[in-house]
Amino acid sequence: MGATVTTGNNTENTWGGGNEPMGASYGKLMMWFFIVSDALTFSGFLAAYGFSRFKFIDNWPIADEVFTHFPFLHGVEAPMYYVALMTFILIFSSVTMVLAVDAGHNMKQKKVAFYMLLTILGGLIFVGSQAWEWKNFIKGEFGAVETKGGSIIQFVNKEGERVKLADFVEHLPGQREALTRDKGKWFMKDEESIPTYTVAEVQASFKAHTELLIRTEKIYRDTAEDRANKKLEPGLNQNKKREILTRAESEIMVANGAAVVEGANLKHNEYGSKLFADFFFFITGFHGFHVFSGVVINFIIFLNVVLGTYEKRRNYEMVEKVGLYWHFVDLVWVFVFTFFYLV
Amino acid sequence: MSHAHEHVSNTKRIWMVFALLSVVTTVEVYLGIIRPSFLFMNNFLSMNLLNWVFILLTLYKAYYIVWAFMHMEGEKSSLRWSVVATVIFLVLYLLFILLVEADYVFEVFKNSTIKWNF
Repeated sequence: MGATVTTGNNTENTWGGGNEPMGASYGKLMMWFFIVSDALTFSGFLAAYGFSRFKFIDNWPIADEVFTHFPFLHGVEAPMYYVALMTFILIFSSVTMVLAVDAGHNMKQKKVAFYMLLTILGGLIFVGSQAWEWKNFIKGEFGAVETKGGSIIQFVNKEGERVKLADFVEHLPGQREALTRDKGKWFMKDEESIPTYTVAEVQASFKAHTELLIRTEKIYRDTAEDRANKKLEPGLNQNKKREILTRAESEIMVANGAAVVEGANLKHNEYGSKLFADFFFFITGFHGFHVFSGVVINFIIFLNVVLGTYEKRRNYEMVEKVGLYWHFVDLVWVFVFTFFYLV
Repeated sequence: MSHAHEHVSNTKRIWMVFALLSVVTTVEVYLGIIRPSFLFMNNFLSMNLLNWVFILLTLYKAYYIVWAFMHMEGEKSSLRWSVVATVIFLVLYLLFILLVEADYVFEVFKNSTIKWNF
């Protein structure tokens, strides 16, 4: 037992090992050290996100408009519900974890195993949910056009509601297809997949649909300057929503189109600022990786519980240590949830 | 001796904290969906009141996760403060520098002749 769990009640020899400087065992203290450094890593990421957001405060995507999907509710706008569900799943798996720790204190092997299993399940469901969220984010819904200036323009109707590219763009004859290796030279790679529509098709269809307008990345602030702006469509612009241009200005913007963007990757995304997608992938990805490793570690400890390792040790402190890590992952999610979805 | 002090089962408190975290999350989501304009349209320190509410509720949740779930309340105060004070100080410091700088860069972009929205 002495090899893995330090109980440290010996006061006779200060330097002989087994000391507990802050009243915590060696393993637990090291877990706290790790958590502090990992907390600072995540703080660095979120602070960098804050930096970019404050820097582009006038054209940062609005989360409510990006994350609107819910399983089995196709076409229904459900902002926030899904991510709220994910948050509940993670909080609940934190609860089962702390119940496992509690059962460990009372030396109830079966209960520890049961609660550990629930925690692992919760973690897996969370990671799965995140994969689904990523899928929707990558696939996109409406599609947009990136202009020569590098900004994203989106299409809306007379009521200011978003319009999908698929709803108005028609194919022109003689379009190109993606070049694959079997039609090219032996040293070539397959070409990256090309968007469903070309810029020329979008431009032609936009000309034909005179009811369509353009929404830019810029956020309308309802200041005197904004109200006097002749380029904006009167009656459609709302405070803290994106600016909607008049038909004449929209046509100028569309004529400037350089690429059709559907969904998101690390270089382009249809939601707006490019950094938004980068930070989304990076921060939720890093958190998801933490959840995944948490599940793996929990599973190892779960096996040990079932095998009776800690029962033989008469000490369930290992469960407590992985519990600390698991709660930390939950703690990080609480912040990611706030800064990505709410604020 | 495997137990330095006798542990009592505190499942009741765990469920209480779970209820509390759930209620706070529900309130956050509710506010996030309706976005009441008296909070959303009024600013304090160049951030709207709704965001301040979100951040305060988040810190409230974080306190309960660390104190109850990670059992910080049962640790010695030396451990408690070496963890909490370090993180709080460094995070505030980092945020102060980055956000102030970002706001400055924003002003520079805004007041210059750089054109991006075309």
